[in-house]
Amino acid sequence: MTDARWTRRAALFALASAPLAAPLMASAEVFAGHYDLHAEPVADGVWVVRGADAAIGFANGGAIANATILAATDTDKGAILIDCGPSLAYARALSALARRLTGGPVRRVFITHLHPDHAMGAAGFAPDQIAALPETTRELGRDGTGFSDAMYRLLADWMKGTTLVMPGLTVAPGPMVVGGRRLTAVALAGHSDGDLALLDEATGTLITGDLVFHNRAPATPDANLARWRDSLTTLTQIPHRRLIPGHGPVDPTDSAIAQTRDWLDWLEGALRTAVIDGLDMGEAGEIAIPPRFADVAMARYELQRSVVHFYPRLEAELLPRVGG
Amino acid sequence: MRKAQRLDFAIAWTALCLTPALACAAPAPVHHVALPADPLGSPMWAYHAARLLSDAPVVFDPRVRLILPTIAENQHQFPVTVDARSIPGVQRILVYADLNPLTLAVDYRPLHAEPFLSLRIKLDQRTPVRAAVLAADGKWHVGSAWVDAAGGGCSAPPVGRVKGDWAQHLGEIRGAAWRDGTATRLRFTVRHPMDTGLVENIAAYNLETMHVRGADGVDLARMEIHGSVSEDPAFTLLLHPIKDGPLAIALRDSDGREFTATIGPQSRPTQPHD
Repeated sequence: MTDARWTRRAALFALASAPLAAPLMASAEVFAGHYDLHAEPVADGVWVVRGADAAIGFANGGAIANATILAATDTDKGAILIDCGPSLAYARALSALARRLTGGPVRRVFITHLHPDHAMGAAGFAPDQIAALPETTRELGRDGTGFSDAMYRLLADWMKGTTLVMPGLTVAPGPMVVGGRRLTAVALAGHSDGDLALLDEATGTLITGDLVFHNRAPATPDANLARWRDSLTTLTQIPHRRLIPGHGPVDPTDSAIAQTRDWLDWLEGALRTAVIDGLDMGEAGEIAIPPRFADVAMARYELQRSVVHFYPRLEAELLPRVGG
Repeated sequence: MRKAQRLDFAIAWTALCLTPALACAAPAPVHHVALPADPLGSPMWAYHAARLLSDAPVVFDPRVRLILPTIAENQHQFPVTVDARSIPGVQRILVYADLNPLTLAVDYRPLHAEPFLSLRIKLDQRTPVRAAVLAADGKWHVGSAWVDAAGGGCSAPPVGRVKGDWAQHLGEIRGAAWRDGTATRLRFTVRHPMDTGLVENIAAYNLETMHVRGADGVDLARMEIHGSVSEDPAFTLLLHPIKDGPLAIALRDSDGREFTATIGPQSRPTQPHD
């Protein structure tokens, strides 16, 4: 009797819920996706894995920065990575891709600067594989935990298992040989306190990290614009055949450095003018962006972020002291 | 912060659960007319509306323009602009965030000023941000939006506390006035830690009142200020046209300290020569 009633109830429930089942399944909560990484050949033994020209978000798993893969040229096969994405899962996918391309394991990871879209993939490697400028290691010590909290909040299970792994190796500026490849390290700053650029001597490929953005607006949360401009000048003086920026497509025509400088110059002037004209932060975030930046992705978004980064300092500099 | 937030919810729940039983003993504020349903579906809409907006009917009104950036880049300094200039006879503007532990940021009275206000507030988590405007029709007109934010805007120590230099600059005021159409635009910043009282071992300490007066000493605008306004507050007001004479700003904080400034009616700064 009881069994029959249960059966009938179960059947009724099943009937009632049948039309709901499909939409419920379709809208079931998803906690992470799958990194589908593609390597674009750039030069002999050089590939770039392009990030989405977007903000860090759940839809892209935080895979917004470019990562570079170099093939080792000595007797042991393997790969050298420059930047390693936002998470453990990304680092594993990148390592697997690098192994398919080079036939060997990751031998060295260079981290260009502290930001989590470039650096938190360090979770996939051992400290003695990871090299960074001393300033970058110091900044990761200062901000790493906060970045980790923010990334987990935004990306949920995309970040699963990602812990903060600090670089165990210090990059000294100048020439070096890694995996048989001759690289020149350039220690710069301005996008952050420590910005590493690397020149691959064999191919003339200059890998700049976030000192250079290409057709994607520069981000400025830790920027010092004067130092950044000095670093861009240094980069223009390094002979190279092509440039891999931190964000945006590979630049074969030597235009990305100038574009980055153009944006920074415009940004600083526009924000100073906004303060002098009496605009508040919200209004400053709505000012017109010049048409020459029409093809620059994320322009409005990065302008609004930059307003928050720079406005209080500019107000303190430009508004006259009137009391207190 | 977390503790205070739980307390806030606890009060809300207590109010919710006990009101029918204890209606006579502890009357909760009740609306004379039914509240409209919240388009944002906030869990705290009715609770805060009963506290803050109980004296008049409430309508949601797109003419209350709430200008917010697309991203809360810094949860300690979130810019909010309220523009209600298409609503006649505005008497008060409240700016508040439902899920902030210090919900109300400011209560602004634009006495001889346009119903326009910019400021920066702290955000403690993802929350609705609202502007409620009491207009000549006797109704609260509300504009609101969800804002996503990381935690900690109210519970992390202010930068001045971390750097340790806040006391050397306390109460410094910078600002200027511009002609803005037919109005006089007044912008100023004040150095103040605006401690919320929700950070361990730092007592609440914040600006509480602002008066902007004309040359004849008459109040042109008044504001009640709370600890959820950002450290080193920055305000933008649009005053009815000032023909001559300086504007006087008078601020008082929760320790009774007073800070004053005088600003010429046309004092647009210039680009320093370099």
